[in-house]
Amino acid sequence: MRRLLQAACLVLASCSVAAGASDACLSRGTGDLGIVVERTSGSLQVVDTTRHVELFRIEGLGDLSHASAVFSRDARYAYVFGRDGGLSKVDLLCGRLVKRVVQAGNSIGGAISQDGRLVAVGNYSPGGVRIFDAETLDPVADLPATVEGGAASKVVGVVDAPGQRFVYSLFEAGEVRVADLHNPAQPAVTRFPGAGANPYDALITPDGRYYIVGLFGEDGLSVLDLWNLSGGLERILPGYGRGERPLPVYKMPHLEGWAMAGDRAFLPAVGHHQLLVVERDSWRELGRVAVHGQPVFAVVRPDGRQVWVNFALPDNDTVQVIDTQSLMVIHTLKPGKGVMHLEFSPRGEEVWLSVRDQNEVQVYDTEDFTLKARLPAEAPSGIFFTARAHRIGL
Amino acid sequence: MNARKAFSLALPILLLSLGGIAAGAPPEDARQQALQHLLLHDCGSCHGTRLTGGLGPPLLPADVAGKTDEALVAVILNGVPGTPMPPWRPLLTEDEARWLVRRLKEGPP
Repeated sequence: MRRLLQAACLVLASCSVAAGASDACLSRGTGDLGIVVERTSGSLQVVDTTRHVELFRIEGLGDLSHASAVFSRDARYAYVFGRDGGLSKVDLLCGRLVKRVVQAGNSIGGAISQDGRLVAVGNYSPGGVRIFDAETLDPVADLPATVEGGAASKVVGVVDAPGQRFVYSLFEAGEVRVADLHNPAQPAVTRFPGAGANPYDALITPDGRYYIVGLFGEDGLSVLDLWNLSGGLERILPGYGRGERPLPVYKMPHLEGWAMAGDRAFLPAVGHHQLLVVERDSWRELGRVAVHGQPVFAVVRPDGRQVWVNFALPDNDTVQVIDTQSLMVIHTLKPGKGVMHLEFSPRGEEVWLSVRDQNEVQVYDTEDFTLKARLPAEAPSGIFFTARAHRIGL
Repeated sequence: MNARKAFSLALPILLLSLGGIAAGAPPEDARQQALQHLLLHDCGSCHGTRLTGGLGPPLLPADVAGKTDEALVAVILNGVPGTPMPPWRPLLTEDEARWLVRRLKEGPP
């Protein structure tokens, strides 16, 4: 009977299993699974990226505006970070919410540790980072984001780094912090003030060496070399706007998943219709790519050959593809209004786009740009595939 | 920048534009739907889709109760310099901003 049910799930692609139901658990690998966040309904879909079908719909995850997720190292569980401070652990094979804790008033995202045992959540309110046991979601450590004589800062750009560390930035204080969690009972936090005005997000290079901080309050970015912490923060691309008046920013760019293609980094020029291309290590500007609007996500195809970009309002109906060798825009797509996020299949032959206002996810072939599948989803936003489980910083 | 400072900055601009704000018809139905959508998703990207706050402050009825409609309209149209709040004037009329302020003050239906 159970096997029948599983087969029915795969064929009909409509297995909506209520939270708590465990008799319909699938027995299969999870390497080609993922989740799609449905942000206004507080739900998510578990999807099969090989067959382009929904396997489960899971409800009751609270406020999922700006939700993101990381995966356990066995890629069975997703940890979902909600706006309302909720941290939810979801079982991809059984399609159910395992546990949910509301750990703060307002959060922005998080990371899972190198060894997979700890989950860190960055909070806006009350600020700071909270660390949880990945197995039980029990609280393990609390890292306040206060500075001398100041209020708590909002925390942005939480990433994992080799050496059982988490790295994060303080929006108001303009500071980067590196927390060593080898001993979770006594985290060792190293502070790097002077990151610049209003860090809004950050990324870590796929090798875990460089932590790059985007700044909202000034033209430029800051880089911390985690192999040489004594060198401190380095400001790169100062004054990239060249005095040109920035446009109003209707949506902050997101740096996580931003493009490192070989030795080239593709970074957003905040308030401009441009990507900045810089050389890794020297952080010298190699060029600029004029694009359709203000970039929000720029994600590199796993082989590094293409970068796909979506845009802020009022240009969020468009996606562009950039060739990383020629730095030319080679294709422009119009998937529909409200393209919120994009995620590549593990080896990059397909890309999934969430098209919020059309209530669907679209799957494109990345070689010939044809539309291969559409999946209905309620106001989809973030898309996260399990291949992230084995990548530093995702 | 704290909220008080932001509002005091917005005040001169507000006084200059008061004449335009005072009168005007509410947006038509289709536009109201588009504005409701904008409030949910685009204001929501910083203030939360439930307006409980995020990078921007919470905008629930209790949070905006102490501020005049005019001041809130001015913040929407002109933004708050020095913060991520952008000027929405390129995308919204004054009547539309005023309609959004009424939705904020009334709270979700």
